[in-house]
Amino acid sequence: MSEQKSVVLHDMTLRDGMHPKRHQISLDQMVRLAMALDDANVPLIEVAHGDGLGGGSINYGFAPHSDSEYLRAVIPKLKKARVSALLIPGIGTADHLRMAVDCGVTTMRIATHCTEADVAEQHIGLSAKLGVDTVGFLMMAHMVPPDELVVQAKKMESYGANCIYCTDSAGTMLPADVTARISALRGALSARTEIGFHGHHNLAMGVANSLAAIDAGARRIDASSAGLGAGAGNTPLEVFVAVLTRLGVYHGTDLYKLMDIAEEIVVPMMDQPVRIDRDALVLGYAGVYSSFLLFAKRAAEKYGVSSRDILIEMGRRKTVGGQEDMIEDVALTMARS
Amino acid sequence: MKTNVAIIGSGNIGTDLVMKTLRSKTLRPAWLVGVDPQSDGLAKAAKLGLKTTALGVEGLIPHLRADGIRIAFDATSAHAHAHNARLLQDESVFVIDLTPAAIGPFCIPPVNLSADLLTDRLNVNMVTCGGQATIPIVAAVSRIQSVKYAEIVATVASKSVGPGTRQNIDEFTRTTAQAIESVGGAERGKAIIIINPAEPPLIMRDTIHCVVEHAPDKAAIAESIAQMVREVQKYVPGYRIVNGPVFDNHRVTLFVEVQGLGDYLPEYAGNLDIMTAAALRTAEMMVERQLLPKEGRRLVSASQSQEAVQR
Repeated sequence: MSEQKSVVLHDMTLRDGMHPKRHQISLDQMVRLAMALDDANVPLIEVAHGDGLGGGSINYGFAPHSDSEYLRAVIPKLKKARVSALLIPGIGTADHLRMAVDCGVTTMRIATHCTEADVAEQHIGLSAKLGVDTVGFLMMAHMVPPDELVVQAKKMESYGANCIYCTDSAGTMLPADVTARISALRGALSARTEIGFHGHHNLAMGVANSLAAIDAGARRIDASSAGLGAGAGNTPLEVFVAVLTRLGVYHGTDLYKLMDIAEEIVVPMMDQPVRIDRDALVLGYAGVYSSFLLFAKRAAEKYGVSSRDILIEMGRRKTVGGQEDMIEDVALTMARS
Repeated sequence: MKTNVAIIGSGNIGTDLVMKTLRSKTLRPAWLVGVDPQSDGLAKAAKLGLKTTALGVEGLIPHLRADGIRIAFDATSAHAHAHNARLLQDESVFVIDLTPAAIGPFCIPPVNLSADLLTDRLNVNMVTCGGQATIPIVAAVSRIQSVKYAEIVATVASKSVGPGTRQNIDEFTRTTAQAIESVGGAERGKAIIIINPAEPPLIMRDTIHCVVEHAPDKAAIAESIAQMVREVQKYVPGYRIVNGPVFDNHRVTLFVEVQGLGDYLPEYAGNLDIMTAAALRTAEMMVERQLLPKEGRRLVSASQSQEAVQR
């Protein structure tokens, strides 16, 4: 490499990590973990309900505290790290966005399904107008070919997003899929627009996919301590940092501290191991939204059907992020037949 | 003799309304009003024998008296509705609002369509598609026992969601949540909308969760829901229970599907049908119960409706 590459690592432990915790991370745990990540020089930390601001619901699960309580507890405790929040239009509203910015959030990530960017026009516009770092987050990006992803990305860019994410919500992409999408985005978007990648580890591709993304021009990469995230988790932060260090890619974080956070804080927090069990593998194999994992397990137990069959059926129905309600519905229908 | 009505807005909803109103026993669609002379809806309506204008509501006003228009459906946008409502109310035309403007009271026909609701003002609001599909169920539970919290998830086919809804999706979640409380009778309401681009497009699906205050009277709730579903089926035949009611502690959950009649958009767009069918039913009740105001009588003056808009 002639010039040293660098990436901005974006921590997902406190947001995507809410999924395997059924949104039950306490204020104390959040603050402790955020302070430790800050101390390890992680530059950007996401804090929100797993399904974004306003996600507290029967459909997705209620956290013990409101979004603003978490944000107001964490943000003042950080020395250098900045805090982002996720918002999925249709679940959260512009009111949540304003609240988060009021709490001190400096990066707003507005997420839509990879074909529905235009529902985010209002929110991306507002975020840009409020002067915060504004990210368009295209979920389930494996479901469209690269040229269609570009069309949606350009819409988000035109609404005011200064960074566009290719989001592998199902953890189903292989490195070549990532390369094709990130290269297409890099080639089509303004040079000023940053590109990011968010991976899930359902096929054990989190690290490999993130490297492919960097090679193709992505400069923001999402990762999570000990992988704590939906499905088999996100790209494991400490593993990814070790790999980046060996490759000589600049990341600015402290590897040993990140190893210790994973081992001493995050793993002991886990209610169950975040790993590629057969259901998580099915998510990646069949291209199903990672947050469905625990819902499918619970419905399977309640109605005496197979969680694998539920997830395969969710894939067959081409469900998208947020359709958790269909899981109980599918299980009921399967139990009846 | 049928009562003449005008339909304002020549998009998906307006054009679907034209086709449904053509089958009405009491109403006749006389006018379709648009703003785009090239619109598919206007061309279609003209072929079906309606008078059309591409000049917006201003193009309709001079013809109201001569054509005996007493009721207008507004399927434009919240912003345009404020303007349209002002002009039409000055002419004593009753306006059924299918936009999220919500100047008038919310109307969910099987729950609160009554003479009082209709004569209170010259304007009612049809909430949202998700509201029409779910609030009857919330009301069916809350008339049996008190509902502390109700949450609905509406999943609709991408192809059935027009640009108006997309540009202001927050209006969907806010308006629906408000009506879950004020019409559905829940103490607190929440609405979620999911847009799914699957091909072939999926039929509108709705999940309704109600959390009741005391242990649920399962038999009474199930019977009340079954009754309500029959009421909705009177005007949306493709409205049906897929699963439930499921009782889980104090939670009551119902999974429904809304298949449309396939008038303008195909059958998957039940979200469109349930709005237009509910609006049509409201207009028919005005006529059947002879609730239309005398011509020239101003129930709400222009200045009053202006205040309502600003509020």
